[in-house]
Amino acid sequence: MSNVSSGGFEARSARTSTTDTVVEVRGAPATSLETSVPEVSYAVPDDGYGHLAEMRVDPIGLFERVRAECGDIGRFRLADKDVVLVFGAEAQEQFFRAPDSTLDQAAAYPFMTPIFGKGVVFDASPEERQQMLKNQALRGDMMRGHAATIEAEINRMVAEWGDEGEIDLLDWFAELTIYTTSACLIGKPFREELDARFAHEYHELERGTDALAYVDPYMDIESFRRRDAARERLVELVQGIIDRRVARGTVPKEERDLLDVLISIEMSADYITGIFISMMFAGHHTSSGTASWALIELMRHPEQMKDVVAELDDLYADGADVSFQALRSIPRLEAALKETLRLHPPLIILMRVVQEQIELAGHAIPPGTVVAASPRVSNRIASDFPDPDSFDPGRYVDPRQEDLQNRWTWIPFGAGKHRCVGNAFAMMQMKAIFSVILRDYEFEMAQPSETYRDDVSKMVIQLQQPCRVRYRRRQK
Amino acid sequence: MSWRVVADTDLCQGHQMCQGEAPDVFGFDEDADQVTVLAEHPDDSLRPQVEAAVRYCPAMALAIESGPVEEEQ
Repeated sequence: MSNVSSGGFEARSARTSTTDTVVEVRGAPATSLETSVPEVSYAVPDDGYGHLAEMRVDPIGLFERVRAECGDIGRFRLADKDVVLVFGAEAQEQFFRAPDSTLDQAAAYPFMTPIFGKGVVFDASPEERQQMLKNQALRGDMMRGHAATIEAEINRMVAEWGDEGEIDLLDWFAELTIYTTSACLIGKPFREELDARFAHEYHELERGTDALAYVDPYMDIESFRRRDAARERLVELVQGIIDRRVARGTVPKEERDLLDVLISIEMSADYITGIFISMMFAGHHTSSGTASWALIELMRHPEQMKDVVAELDDLYADGADVSFQALRSIPRLEAALKETLRLHPPLIILMRVVQEQIELAGHAIPPGTVVAASPRVSNRIASDFPDPDSFDPGRYVDPRQEDLQNRWTWIPFGAGKHRCVGNAFAMMQMKAIFSVILRDYEFEMAQPSETYRDDVSKMVIQLQQPCRVRYRRRQK
Repeated sequence: MSWRVVADTDLCQGHQMCQGEAPDVFGFDEDADQVTVLAEHPDDSLRPQVEAAVRYCPAMALAIESGPVEEEQ
Protein backbone atom coordinates (compact mmCIF):
# COMPACT_ATOMS: atom_id res chain seq x y z
CA MET A 1 0.00 0.00 0.00
CA SER A 2 1.34 3.41 -0.80
CA ASN A 3 1.25 6.45 1.38
CA VAL A 4 0.82 8.71 -1.60
CA SER A 5 -2.08 11.04 -1.11
CA SER A 6 -4.90 10.98 -3.59
CA GLY A 7 -6.91 14.10 -4.20
CA GLY A 8 -10.67 14.38 -3.96
CA PHE A 9 -11.03 14.04 -7.68
CA GLU A 10 -9.11 10.79 -7.81
CA ALA A 11 -11.11 9.44 -4.92
CA ARG A 12 -14.30 10.26 -6.69
CA SER A 13 -13.25 8.78 -10.00
CA ALA A 14 -12.14 5.64 -8.23
CA ARG A 15 -15.63 5.32 -6.86
CA THR A 16 -17.28 5.70 -10.22
CA SER A 17 -15.25 2.82 -11.53
CA THR A 18 -16.04 0.57 -8.56
CA THR A 19 -19.74 0.59 -9.27
CA ASP A 20 -18.95 -1.28 -12.48
CA THR A 21 -16.45 -3.68 -10.98
CA VAL A 22 -18.42 -4.80 -7.94
CA VAL A 23 -19.13 -8.19 -9.47
CA GLU A 24 -15.45 -8.85 -10.15
CA VAL A 25 -14.45 -7.60 -6.72
CA ARG A 26 -16.77 -9.98 -4.90
CA GLY A 27 -14.67 -12.77 -3.50
CA ALA A 28 -11.61 -11.34 -5.22
CA PRO A 29 -8.13 -11.92 -3.80
CA ALA A 30 -6.97 -9.85 -0.86
CA THR A 31 -5.07 -7.35 -2.99
CA SER A 32 -8.17 -5.67 -4.38
CA LEU A 33 -8.75 -3.02 -1.70
CA GLU A 34 -6.86 -0.21 -3.40
CA THR A 35 -8.73 -0.56 -6.64
CA SER A 36 -12.12 -1.37 -5.17
CA VAL A 37 -12.69 0.94 -2.20
CA PRO A 38 -12.22 4.65 -2.93
CA GLU A 39 -9.82 6.63 -0.76
CA VAL A 40 -10.79 9.98 0.69
CA SER A 41 -8.89 13.15 -0.20
CA TYR A 42 -6.47 14.96 2.11
CA ALA A 43 -7.42 18.11 4.02
CA VAL A 44 -4.31 18.01 6.19
CA PRO A 45 -1.08 17.09 4.38
CA ASP A 46 0.12 13.50 4.72
CA ASP A 47 3.10 13.55 7.10
CA GLY A 48 4.00 9.97 6.30
CA TYR A 49 1.17 8.44 8.31
CA GLY A 50 -1.65 9.01 5.85
CA HIS A 51 -4.72 10.68 7.35
CA LEU A 52 -3.43 10.37 10.90
CA ALA A 53 -2.50 14.06 10.97
CA GLU A 54 -6.13 14.96 10.23
CA MET A 55 -7.41 12.42 12.77
CA ARG A 56 -5.50 14.37 15.41
CA VAL A 57 -7.11 17.73 14.59
CA ASP A 58 -10.47 17.15 12.89
CA PRO A 59 -11.59 13.51 12.89
CA ILE A 60 -15.26 14.39 12.39
CA GLY A 61 -14.41 16.44 9.29
CA LEU A 62 -12.46 13.47 7.98
CA PHE A 63 -15.29 10.97 8.51
CA GLU A 64 -17.85 13.36 7.01
CA ARG A 65 -15.65 13.83 3.96
CA VAL A 66 -15.32 10.07 3.49
CA ARG A 67 -19.10 9.88 3.17
CA ALA A 68 -19.39 12.98 0.99
CA GLU A 69 -16.69 11.86 -1.43
CA CYS A 70 -16.98 8.07 -1.35
CA GLY A 71 -20.61 7.27 -0.48
CA ASP A 72 -21.52 4.24 1.61
CA ILE A 73 -17.99 2.84 1.68
CA GLY A 74 -14.67 4.63 1.57
CA ARG A 75 -11.28 4.45 3.18
CA PHE A 76 -8.61 6.53 4.80
CA ARG A 77 -5.09 5.71 5.96
CA LEU A 78 -4.00 5.47 9.55
CA ALA A 79 -0.25 4.84 9.71
CA ASP A 80 0.27 1.45 8.07
CA LYS A 81 -3.42 0.52 8.15
CA ASP A 82 -6.28 1.05 5.77
CA VAL A 83 -9.46 2.04 7.58
CA VAL A 84 -12.60 1.22 5.61
CA LEU A 85 -15.53 3.30 6.83
CA VAL A 86 -19.07 2.19 6.03
CA PHE A 87 -22.33 4.14 6.17
CA GLY A 88 -26.01 3.39 5.78
CA ALA A 89 -28.28 0.76 7.29
CA GLU A 90 -27.30 -2.08 4.97
CA ALA A 91 -23.51 -1.87 5.28
CA GLN A 92 -23.65 -0.99 8.99
CA GLU A 93 -25.88 -3.99 9.68
CA GLN A 94 -23.28 -6.21 7.97
CA PHE A 95 -20.58 -4.55 10.05
CA PHE A 96 -22.40 -4.84 13.39
CA ARG A 97 -23.67 -8.38 12.82
CA ALA A 98 -20.30 -9.84 11.85
CA PRO A 99 -19.10 -12.44 14.36
CA ASP A 100 -15.94 -11.89 16.43
CA SER A 101 -14.21 -14.58 14.41
CA THR A 102 -14.57 -12.27 11.39
CA LEU A 103 -14.12 -8.84 12.96
CA ASP A 104 -11.93 -8.41 16.04
CA GLN A 105 -12.52 -5.49 18.33
CA ALA A 106 -9.52 -5.51 20.67
CA ALA A 107 -6.85 -5.21 17.98
CA ALA A 108 -8.52 -2.08 16.59
CA TYR A 109 -7.78 0.03 19.67
CA PRO A 110 -4.00 -0.10 20.26
CA PHE A 111 -4.19 3.09 22.35
CA MET A 112 -5.96 1.15 25.12
CA THR A 113 -3.19 -1.40 25.77
CA PRO A 114 -0.84 0.88 27.77
CA ILE A 115 -3.81 2.20 29.77
CA PHE A 116 -5.11 -1.18 30.88
CA GLY A 117 -1.64 -2.74 31.07
CA LYS A 118 -0.37 -5.75 29.23
CA GLY A 119 -2.43 -8.89 29.70
CA VAL A 120 -5.61 -7.08 30.74
CA VAL A 121 -8.28 -7.69 28.14
CA PHE A 122 -9.80 -4.80 26.25
CA ASP A 123 -13.21 -6.28 25.83
CA ALA A 124 -14.77 -9.61 26.53
CA SER A 125 -16.29 -11.79 23.82
CA PRO A 126 -20.09 -11.64 23.51
CA GLU A 127 -20.26 -14.94 25.41
CA GLU A 128 -18.09 -13.61 28.25
CA ARG A 129 -20.08 -10.39 28.29
CA GLN A 130 -23.25 -12.38 28.72
CA GLN A 131 -21.65 -14.32 31.54
CA MET A 132 -20.64 -11.04 33.18
CA LEU A 133 -24.20 -9.81 32.89
CA LYS A 134 -25.48 -12.95 34.50
CA ASN A 135 -23.07 -12.96 37.39
CA GLN A 136 -22.16 -9.43 38.04
CA ALA A 137 -22.88 -5.82 38.41
CA LEU A 138 -24.85 -5.03 35.26
CA ARG A 139 -27.59 -7.56 35.84
CA GLY A 140 -31.11 -6.20 35.61
CA ASP A 141 -32.00 -7.09 39.18
CA MET A 142 -28.90 -5.25 40.49
CA MET A 143 -30.15 -1.98 39.00
CA ARG A 144 -32.31 -1.02 41.95
CA GLY A 145 -29.30 -1.09 44.25
CA HIS A 146 -27.20 0.83 41.72
CA ALA A 147 -29.89 3.48 41.41
CA ALA A 148 -29.84 4.03 45.17
CA THR A 149 -26.02 4.13 45.18
CA ILE A 150 -25.96 6.68 42.37
CA GLU A 151 -28.57 8.87 44.03
CA ALA A 152 -26.49 8.88 47.23
CA GLU A 153 -23.33 9.82 45.31
CA ILE A 154 -25.04 12.72 43.54
CA ASN A 155 -26.53 13.98 46.81
CA ARG A 156 -23.09 13.84 48.40
CA MET A 157 -21.53 16.02 45.73
CA VAL A 158 -24.47 18.42 45.51
CA ALA A 159 -24.42 18.81 49.30
CA GLU A 160 -21.34 21.03 48.87
CA TRP A 161 -23.08 23.35 46.43
CA GLY A 162 -24.90 25.79 48.68
CA ASP A 163 -27.52 28.11 47.21
CA GLU A 164 -25.59 29.24 44.16
CA GLY A 165 -22.28 28.91 42.44
CA GLU A 166 -20.41 27.72 39.40
CA ILE A 167 -19.04 24.36 38.30
CA ASP A 168 -16.84 23.16 35.50
CA LEU A 169 -18.88 20.48 33.73
CA LEU A 170 -15.93 18.28 32.83
CA ASP A 171 -14.37 18.33 36.31
CA TRP A 172 -17.67 17.89 38.10
CA PHE A 173 -19.20 15.08 36.07
CA ALA A 174 -15.87 13.28 35.63
CA GLU A 175 -15.48 13.18 39.42
CA LEU A 176 -19.10 12.14 40.01
CA THR A 177 -18.89 9.30 37.50
CA ILE A 178 -15.63 8.03 39.06
CA TYR A 179 -17.57 7.60 42.31
CA THR A 180 -20.67 6.07 40.71
CA THR A 181 -18.84 3.61 38.45
CA SER A 182 -16.43 2.52 41.18
CA ALA A 183 -19.20 2.13 43.78
CA CYS A 184 -21.50 0.17 41.44
CA LEU A 185 -18.98 -1.93 39.52
CA ILE A 186 -16.22 -2.53 42.06
CA GLY A 187 -17.82 -1.94 45.44
CA LYS A 188 -18.68 0.70 48.01
CA PRO A 189 -15.72 0.02 50.35
CA PHE A 190 -13.35 0.65 47.42
CA ARG A 191 -15.20 3.80 46.41
CA GLU A 192 -14.85 5.14 49.98
CA GLU A 193 -11.07 5.10 49.51
CA LEU A 194 -11.26 7.39 46.48
CA ASP A 195 -11.17 11.16 46.22
CA ALA A 196 -10.62 13.78 43.52
CA ARG A 197 -7.01 12.60 43.09
CA PHE A 198 -8.19 9.32 41.58
CA ALA A 199 -10.51 11.19 39.20
CA HIS A 200 -7.63 13.46 38.18
CA GLU A 201 -5.24 10.60 37.40
CA TYR A 202 -8.00 8.75 35.59
CA HIS A 203 -8.57 11.78 33.40
CA GLU A 204 -4.87 11.79 32.51
CA LEU A 205 -5.27 8.23 31.24
CA GLU A 206 -8.16 9.28 29.03
CA ARG A 207 -6.07 12.16 27.71
CA GLY A 208 -3.36 9.67 26.80
CA THR A 209 -5.26 8.36 23.79
CA ASP A 210 -3.52 10.26 21.01
CA ALA A 211 -4.06 8.63 17.60
CA LEU A 212 -0.28 8.42 17.29
CA ALA A 213 -0.78 5.15 19.17
CA TYR A 214 -1.57 3.71 15.73
CA VAL A 215 2.09 4.29 14.91
CA ASP A 216 3.49 3.34 18.33
CA PRO A 217 1.49 3.34 21.58
CA TYR A 218 4.76 3.89 23.49
CA MET A 219 6.06 6.77 21.37
CA ASP A 220 7.95 9.40 23.39
CA ILE A 221 5.35 12.17 23.40
CA GLU A 222 3.91 14.34 26.19
CA SER A 223 0.45 12.74 26.09
CA PHE A 224 1.86 9.22 26.53
CA ARG A 225 4.39 10.26 29.21
CA ARG A 226 1.59 11.77 31.28
CA ARG A 227 -0.56 8.70 30.67
CA ASP A 228 2.15 6.37 31.97
CA ALA A 229 2.93 8.59 34.98
CA ALA A 230 -0.78 8.73 35.84
CA ARG A 231 -1.08 4.95 35.62
CA GLU A 232 1.88 4.57 37.99
CA ARG A 233 0.23 6.91 40.49
CA LEU A 234 -3.04 4.97 40.21
CA VAL A 235 -1.16 1.75 40.95
CA GLU A 236 0.35 3.48 44.03
CA LEU A 237 -3.10 4.59 45.19
CA VAL A 238 -4.45 1.07 44.76
CA GLN A 239 -1.36 -0.39 46.46
CA GLY A 240 -2.08 1.88 49.43
CA ILE A 241 -5.67 0.64 49.59
CA ILE A 242 -4.47 -2.98 49.35
CA ASP A 243 -1.95 -2.41 52.16
CA ARG A 244 -4.68 -1.01 54.42
CA ARG A 245 -6.95 -3.96 53.62
CA VAL A 246 -4.19 -6.44 54.42
CA ALA A 247 -3.34 -4.64 57.69
CA ARG A 248 -7.01 -4.56 58.64
CA GLY A 249 -7.38 -8.31 58.19
CA THR A 250 -10.45 -10.21 57.04
CA VAL A 251 -13.95 -8.78 57.41
CA PRO A 252 -17.36 -10.51 57.27
CA LYS A 253 -18.40 -11.62 53.80
CA GLU A 254 -21.09 -8.96 53.40
CA GLU A 255 -18.51 -6.19 53.91
CA ARG A 256 -16.18 -7.46 51.18
CA ASP A 257 -15.96 -6.11 47.66
CA LEU A 258 -14.25 -7.14 44.44
CA LEU A 259 -10.90 -5.80 45.70
CA ASP A 260 -10.94 -8.25 48.64
CA VAL A 261 -11.57 -11.09 46.21
CA LEU A 262 -8.68 -10.08 43.96
CA ILE A 263 -6.33 -9.62 46.94
CA SER A 264 -7.27 -13.09 48.19
CA ILE A 265 -6.10 -14.67 44.94
CA GLU A 266 -2.82 -12.74 45.27
CA MET A 267 -3.06 -10.53 42.22
CA SER A 268 -0.51 -7.71 42.01
CA ALA A 269 -1.52 -4.08 42.55
CA ASP A 270 -0.49 -3.41 38.95
CA TYR A 271 -2.81 -6.09 37.58
CA ILE A 272 -5.70 -5.19 39.89
CA THR A 273 -5.35 -1.54 38.86
CA GLY A 274 -5.49 -2.63 35.23
CA ILE A 275 -8.67 -4.58 35.82
CA PHE A 276 -10.31 -1.67 37.64
CA ILE A 277 -9.25 0.81 34.98
CA SER A 278 -10.74 -1.41 32.28
CA MET A 279 -13.96 -2.04 34.21
CA MET A 280 -14.51 1.67 34.71
CA PHE A 281 -13.31 2.86 31.33
CA ALA A 282 -16.35 2.14 29.18
CA GLY A 283 -18.69 3.75 31.68
CA HIS A 284 -16.68 6.76 32.70
CA HIS A 285 -15.89 9.31 30.00
CA THR A 286 -19.02 8.22 28.16
CA SER A 287 -21.39 8.93 31.05
CA SER A 288 -19.53 12.05 32.08
CA GLY A 289 -19.65 13.51 28.57
CA THR A 290 -23.30 12.61 28.04
CA ALA A 291 -24.39 14.23 31.31
CA SER A 292 -22.48 17.39 30.40
CA TRP A 293 -23.89 17.60 26.89
CA ALA A 294 -27.43 16.88 28.06
CA LEU A 295 -27.23 19.82 30.46
CA ILE A 296 -25.74 22.06 27.75
CA GLU A 297 -28.43 21.12 25.23
CA LEU A 298 -31.19 21.69 27.77
CA MET A 299 -29.73 25.11 28.64
CA ARG A 300 -29.58 25.90 24.92
CA HIS A 301 -33.24 24.90 24.54
CA PRO A 302 -35.18 26.51 27.40
CA GLU A 303 -38.53 25.15 26.13
CA GLN A 304 -37.25 21.59 26.34
CA MET A 305 -35.72 22.33 29.74
CA LYS A 306 -39.09 23.61 30.93
CA ASP A 307 -40.84 20.45 29.71
CA VAL A 308 -38.32 18.16 31.38
CA VAL A 309 -38.41 20.07 34.67
CA ALA A 310 -42.23 20.03 34.63
CA GLU A 311 -42.20 16.29 34.00
CA LEU A 312 -39.82 15.70 36.90
CA ASP A 313 -41.74 18.02 39.26
CA ASP A 314 -44.85 16.06 38.45
CA LEU A 315 -43.20 12.68 38.99
CA TYR A 316 -41.63 13.65 42.29
CA ALA A 317 -44.54 15.73 43.59
CA ASP A 318 -45.61 12.93 45.91
CA GLY A 319 -42.11 12.42 47.24
CA ALA A 320 -41.22 9.38 45.11
CA ASP A 321 -37.69 8.02 45.47
CA VAL A 322 -35.21 8.89 42.74
CA SER A 323 -33.80 5.38 42.97
CA PHE A 324 -37.26 3.99 42.26
CA GLN A 325 -38.20 6.42 39.52
CA ALA A 326 -34.87 6.28 37.66
CA LEU A 327 -35.65 2.69 36.75
CA ARG A 328 -39.00 3.64 35.33
CA SER A 329 -40.21 5.52 32.33
CA ILE A 330 -39.48 9.28 32.30
CA PRO A 331 -40.43 9.90 28.66
CA ARG A 332 -39.44 13.54 28.10
CA LEU A 333 -36.15 13.25 29.95
CA GLU A 334 -35.38 9.99 28.13
CA ALA A 335 -36.10 11.64 24.78
CA ALA A 336 -33.82 14.57 25.65
CA LEU A 337 -31.06 12.14 26.66
CA LYS A 338 -31.45 10.11 23.47
CA GLU A 339 -31.30 13.27 21.41
CA THR A 340 -28.15 14.33 23.28
CA LEU A 341 -26.60 10.94 22.55
CA ARG A 342 -27.54 11.19 18.87
CA LEU A 343 -25.88 14.59 18.46
CA HIS A 344 -22.94 13.95 20.81
CA PRO A 345 -22.15 10.24 20.79
CA PRO A 346 -19.26 9.70 23.24
CA LEU A 347 -17.48 7.49 20.72
CA ILE A 348 -17.25 9.03 17.27
CA ILE A 349 -15.83 5.95 15.57
CA LEU A 350 -16.20 2.21 16.24
CA MET A 351 -13.50 -0.02 14.78
CA ARG A 352 -12.75 -3.70 14.17
CA VAL A 353 -9.86 -5.54 12.52
CA VAL A 354 -10.84 -7.98 9.77
CA GLN A 355 -9.81 -11.55 10.66
CA GLU A 356 -11.46 -13.38 7.79
CA GLN A 357 -12.34 -11.72 4.50
CA ILE A 358 -15.69 -10.00 4.79
CA GLU A 359 -17.99 -8.45 2.24
CA LEU A 360 -19.20 -4.94 3.03
CA ALA A 361 -21.33 -2.87 0.66
CA GLY A 362 -20.40 -5.22 -2.18
CA HIS A 363 -16.66 -5.01 -1.58
CA ALA A 364 -14.45 -7.84 -0.38
CA ILE A 365 -12.38 -6.56 2.53
CA PRO A 366 -9.18 -8.53 3.19
CA PRO A 367 -7.85 -9.63 6.61
CA GLY A 368 -5.73 -7.03 8.40
CA THR A 369 -7.88 -4.12 7.23
CA VAL A 370 -9.54 -1.96 9.87
CA VAL A 371 -13.26 -1.53 9.22
CA ALA A 372 -15.30 1.08 11.02
CA ALA A 373 -18.61 2.85 11.48
CA SER A 374 -18.97 6.41 12.73
CA PRO A 375 -21.79 7.09 15.22
CA ARG A 376 -21.13 10.81 14.89
CA VAL A 377 -21.76 10.82 11.13
CA SER A 378 -24.39 8.07 11.04
CA ASN A 379 -26.55 9.71 13.71
CA ARG A 380 -26.82 12.85 11.57
CA ILE A 381 -27.69 11.38 8.18
CA ALA A 382 -30.64 13.44 6.97
CA SER A 383 -32.51 10.62 5.22
CA ASP A 384 -32.89 8.83 8.56
CA PHE A 385 -32.97 11.87 10.85
CA PRO A 386 -34.72 14.82 9.20
CA ASP A 387 -33.18 18.20 10.06
CA PRO A 388 -30.29 16.22 11.52
CA ASP A 389 -28.42 19.00 13.32
CA SER A 390 -31.40 20.22 15.30
CA PHE A 391 -32.00 19.14 18.90
CA ASP A 392 -35.47 17.62 18.68
CA PRO A 393 -36.46 15.17 21.44
CA GLY A 394 -39.79 14.78 19.60
CA ARG A 395 -38.01 12.28 17.34
CA TYR A 396 -38.42 9.56 19.92
CA VAL A 397 -42.12 10.01 20.52
CA ASP A 398 -44.67 7.71 18.85
CA PRO A 399 -45.01 7.21 15.99
CA ARG A 400 -41.67 8.64 14.88
CA GLN A 401 -39.43 6.55 17.15
CA GLU A 402 -36.40 7.42 15.10
CA ASP A 403 -34.15 5.28 17.30
CA LEU A 404 -36.17 2.08 16.87
CA GLN A 405 -36.89 2.83 13.22
CA ASN A 406 -33.18 3.18 12.50
CA ARG A 407 -31.63 0.37 14.52
CA TRP A 408 -28.52 0.16 12.36
CA THR A 409 -27.94 3.89 11.90
CA TRP A 410 -29.04 5.36 15.28
CA ILE A 411 -25.90 4.07 16.94
CA PRO A 412 -24.76 6.09 19.98
CA PHE A 413 -24.40 2.74 21.80
CA GLY A 414 -23.21 0.86 18.73
CA ALA A 415 -25.39 -2.02 17.56
CA GLY A 416 -25.45 -5.78 17.24
CA LYS A 417 -23.75 -8.22 19.57
CA HIS A 418 -21.29 -5.63 20.84
CA ARG A 419 -23.96 -3.03 21.52
CA CYS A 420 -22.97 -1.29 24.77
CA VAL A 421 -23.80 -3.78 27.47
CA GLY A 422 -24.05 -0.93 29.98
CA ASN A 423 -26.63 1.15 28.15
CA ALA A 424 -29.50 0.41 30.57
CA PHE A 425 -27.17 1.26 33.47
CA ALA A 426 -26.11 4.45 31.70
CA MET A 427 -29.66 5.60 31.02
CA MET A 428 -30.65 4.88 34.62
CA GLN A 429 -27.65 6.88 35.84
CA MET A 430 -28.55 9.84 33.61
CA LYS A 431 -32.15 9.76 34.81
CA ALA A 432 -30.99 9.71 38.43
CA ILE A 433 -28.54 12.60 37.89
CA PHE A 434 -31.08 14.86 36.21
CA SER A 435 -33.83 13.92 38.65
CA VAL A 436 -31.68 15.21 41.52
CA ILE A 437 -30.05 18.27 39.99
CA LEU A 438 -33.09 19.60 38.12
CA ARG A 439 -35.35 19.09 41.12
CA ASP A 440 -33.29 21.32 43.36
CA TYR A 441 -31.40 23.65 41.03
CA GLU A 442 -31.71 25.73 37.91
CA PHE A 443 -28.82 26.25 35.53
CA GLU A 444 -27.51 28.87 33.16
CA MET A 445 -24.58 29.10 30.85
CA ALA A 446 -21.59 30.94 32.28
CA GLN A 447 -20.02 31.41 28.85
CA PRO A 448 -21.29 31.93 25.28
CA SER A 449 -23.32 28.95 24.04
CA GLU A 450 -21.07 28.18 21.07
CA THR A 451 -17.97 27.93 23.28
CA TYR A 452 -19.13 24.60 24.71
CA ARG A 453 -17.43 22.14 22.40
CA ASP A 454 -15.56 18.86 22.36
CA ASP A 455 -11.80 18.52 22.34
CA VAL A 456 -11.38 15.95 19.57
CA SER A 457 -7.59 15.84 19.56
CA LYS A 458 -7.54 12.46 21.33
CA MET A 459 -9.33 9.21 20.55
CA VAL A 460 -11.27 9.67 23.78
CA ILE A 461 -13.06 12.92 23.19
CA GLN A 462 -13.83 15.18 26.15
CA LEU A 463 -15.48 18.49 26.70
CA GLN A 464 -13.04 21.31 26.10
CA GLN A 465 -12.34 23.49 29.12
CA PRO A 466 -13.47 25.99 30.19
CA CYS A 467 -17.02 24.62 30.23
CA ARG A 468 -18.52 26.49 33.15
CA VAL A 469 -22.12 26.55 34.27
CA ARG A 470 -23.90 28.58 36.97
CA TYR A 471 -26.41 26.99 39.29
CA ARG A 472 -28.94 28.49 41.69
CA ARG A 473 -31.21 26.71 44.15
CA ARG A 474 -34.79 26.71 42.94
CA GLN A 475 -37.40 28.72 44.82
CA LYS A 476 -40.36 26.45 45.32
CA MET B 1 -54.77 -5.10 12.77
CA SER B 2 -52.91 -8.21 13.85
CA TRP B 3 -49.39 -7.94 15.10
CA ARG B 4 -46.53 -10.27 15.80
CA VAL B 5 -43.73 -10.25 18.39
CA VAL B 6 -40.27 -10.84 16.98
CA ALA B 7 -37.03 -11.48 18.90
CA ASP B 8 -33.67 -11.51 17.14
CA THR B 9 -31.63 -14.02 19.11
CA ASP B 10 -28.48 -13.00 17.23
CA LEU B 11 -28.75 -9.68 19.04
CA CYS B 12 -30.13 -10.72 22.45
CA GLN B 13 -27.55 -10.18 25.22
CA GLY B 14 -29.59 -11.83 27.95
CA HIS B 15 -30.49 -8.73 29.99
CA GLN B 16 -33.96 -10.15 30.70
CA MET B 17 -35.57 -6.71 30.86
CA CYS B 18 -38.41 -7.87 28.60
CA GLN B 19 -39.51 -10.42 31.16
CA GLY B 20 -40.06 -7.60 33.60
CA GLU B 21 -42.00 -5.51 31.09
CA ALA B 22 -44.15 -8.26 29.57
CA PRO B 23 -43.84 -11.48 31.59
CA ASP B 24 -46.62 -13.25 29.69
CA VAL B 25 -44.98 -12.67 26.34
CA PHE B 26 -41.27 -13.16 26.98
CA GLY B 27 -39.49 -16.04 28.64
CA PHE B 28 -35.84 -16.95 29.00
CA ASP B 29 -33.88 -19.97 27.87
CA GLU B 30 -31.37 -20.43 30.72
CA ASP B 31 -29.16 -22.79 28.72
CA ALA B 32 -28.92 -20.62 25.64
CA ASP B 33 -28.97 -17.46 27.80
CA GLN B 34 -31.47 -15.93 25.44
CA VAL B 35 -34.97 -14.61 25.19
CA THR B 36 -37.81 -16.86 24.09
CA VAL B 37 -41.11 -15.57 22.74
CA LEU B 38 -43.89 -17.25 24.72
CA ALA B 39 -46.72 -15.65 22.79
CA GLU B 40 -46.08 -14.63 19.22
CA HIS B 41 -49.59 -13.20 18.82
CA PRO B 42 -50.49 -11.85 22.26
CA ASP B 43 -53.81 -10.30 23.11
CA ASP B 44 -54.20 -6.61 22.21
CA SER B 45 -54.45 -5.77 25.88
CA LEU B 46 -50.76 -6.72 26.23
CA ARG B 47 -49.63 -4.39 23.47
CA PRO B 48 -48.50 -1.53 25.79
CA GLN B 49 -46.36 -3.99 27.78
CA VAL B 50 -44.78 -5.36 24.61
CA GLU B 51 -44.14 -1.84 23.31
CA ALA B 52 -42.33 -1.02 26.55
CA ALA B 53 -40.26 -4.20 26.24
CA VAL B 54 -39.30 -3.25 22.67
CA ARG B 55 -38.42 0.30 23.71
CA TYR B 56 -36.33 -0.65 26.74
CA CYS B 57 -34.57 -3.74 25.36
CA PRO B 58 -30.88 -2.85 25.95
CA ALA B 59 -29.86 -4.93 22.94
CA MET B 60 -32.56 -3.57 20.60
CA ALA B 61 -33.34 -7.20 19.85
CA LEU B 62 -37.15 -6.99 19.93
CA ALA B 63 -39.69 -5.72 17.44
CA ILE B 64 -43.39 -5.68 16.71
CA GLU B 65 -44.29 -6.59 13.17
CA SER B 66 -47.64 -5.82 11.63
CA GLY B 67 -49.62 -8.80 10.49
CA PRO B 68 -50.89 -9.63 7.00
CA VAL B 69 -52.90 -6.90 5.33
CA GLU B 70 -56.03 -9.01 4.77
CA GLU B 71 -56.55 -9.25 8.52
CA GLU B 72 -57.01 -5.52 8.68
CA GLN B 73 -60.40 -5.70 7.00
